[in-house]
Amino acid sequence: MVEHTVAATNAIVTLDVPIPQVIWGWMITLNMWAKSIGTGVIFVGAYLLARYNDRVGDQVKLWMPIISFIFLNIFLLFTLLDLHQPLRMWHIFFYPHFTSAITVGAWMATVFTGIIFIMAVIAVKKYLLKKECKLESLYNPLLKIAVVLAVPVTMYTATIMGEATARELWQTPTELVQMILAALLTGSAVFLIIGGKWSYEVKRDLAIILGVSAFLSFTIYMGEYYFGHMKSEEVAAILQYVKENGVYHVMFWAGQWIAFIIPMILVYFSLKSRSASLLYLAGVLAIVGLYITKHVWLIIPQLLPLS
Amino acid sequence: MKLGFLVDLDLCMGCKGCEVACKVENKVPLHSWRLRVKYVDVGVYPETKRTYTPLRCNHCEDAPCERICPVSALHYLENGIVNIDRERCIGCAGCMMACPYGAIYMDPETNTADKCTYCAHRIASEMMPACVVACPVEANIFGDLDDPTSHISRYIMEHQKGSGVRVRKPEKNTHPKHFYVGGGDVHLNPLASKREEGYNLFNNITHLDHIGGH
Repeated sequence: MVEHTVAATNAIVTLDVPIPQVIWGWMITLNMWAKSIGTGVIFVGAYLLARYNDRVGDQVKLWMPIISFIFLNIFLLFTLLDLHQPLRMWHIFFYPHFTSAITVGAWMATVFTGIIFIMAVIAVKKYLLKKECKLESLYNPLLKIAVVLAVPVTMYTATIMGEATARELWQTPTELVQMILAALLTGSAVFLIIGGKWSYEVKRDLAIILGVSAFLSFTIYMGEYYFGHMKSEEVAAILQYVKENGVYHVMFWAGQWIAFIIPMILVYFSLKSRSASLLYLAGVLAIVGLYITKHVWLIIPQLLPLS
Repeated sequence: MKLGFLVDLDLCMGCKGCEVACKVENKVPLHSWRLRVKYVDVGVYPETKRTYTPLRCNHCEDAPCERICPVSALHYLENGIVNIDRERCIGCAGCMMACPYGAIYMDPETNTADKCTYCAHRIASEMMPACVVACPVEANIFGDLDDPTSHISRYIMEHQKGSGVRVRKPEKNTHPKHFYVGGGDVHLNPLASKREEGYNLFNNITHLDHIGGH
């Protein structure tokens, strides 16, 4: 009882100004989500071309750059729209500040999108004209460059989160891994959705990529959820928003179930029964759930008063 | 020259003169503050005490806002001030995400980031920041930290003992150039006090849902 009368445990803010709450909202979530798909299809597509070129090569070579290009443009569009001065975007290229992960990321993403655009043009032209494009010989070298460049393009958002010193929850090493796992999760999910008549072996590989990515990502989130509060006062306060009675508790667990747990279960039963029919649903759920998961993780550190 | 700021919290009486002077001097828009004074009530009735904490940009030596700014809109002046070029700013809000002190806001009129500059324009004319001039009890002390004879340097040296000279969130390794004398956790650590509706004076301590032009 007596401890409740101690002054240090009874401090209440009685006069202050309103504090800005969510600064980076759904547009940044969409940015991360779309980029995961845009780079993920390149990772997984390159794997399919390396292993199953004879079976699915033509389809992957066509759809991989098209899907990537579409989602990279969604990512770039919403990055631009989220700026309060979008018409000054060119400042990033003419007044670059290279200690900023935003600058480095913008430059890399622009180059990456350019490469994917050329690959998409080659693939579409070949598909429409039913004959080899003059630039066809560039496709494979460009793909190799794209795969290498996709790694930093996927991960740079984690370094932006790391540079966000005010948000203790986002630790660069963890977020780097989460970004790569998100790309593999969505990349495999996209090919499971579009690969309707592909053989079981191809889908099995995609299912394993999806299942392992979901498992590892889920494990990291659970590590943060159950152990994050032990080392940092700020993280403990932030995690309260997703713990029981927290305002994002339901949304957090909805994301975890839809993105990771249910897809893992579906992958398990699919592999056990050698049936690919469940994998379409697993792919859709992983893509939808990832948006929710990313959104919660983006929002909750912003709810904490900083001063 | 390295300019720094010190607030003696034992002297501050929470009059908000500095807050108003800053608003007027810098034409800070409604719903935005470069400097604010936070009241925290401590204790259990009838043993209670009200504390006052002026909060502004810390002009850190390793400023996260300067590091994350993609276009160098946030930059150092030679005197150590972290200044902002509003014409350069693209409004990405990276600085707002990076600043551990919540000292940066998005100006709803210009749609660019803005913050305390220690009144850099006044300093260029050899005047003190507006908040320093307005303080009736001289709780705000401003000057050159590189000069051992300056008022702020001497004040820091004289107050090393007792509760000492403190900065906010030293664990963030930002090396702030804004110091406090007489402050405790309740003054400087936002997690040491609760924000609960129903306990506030005059206005609701709500959050701003909308910032800027979209």
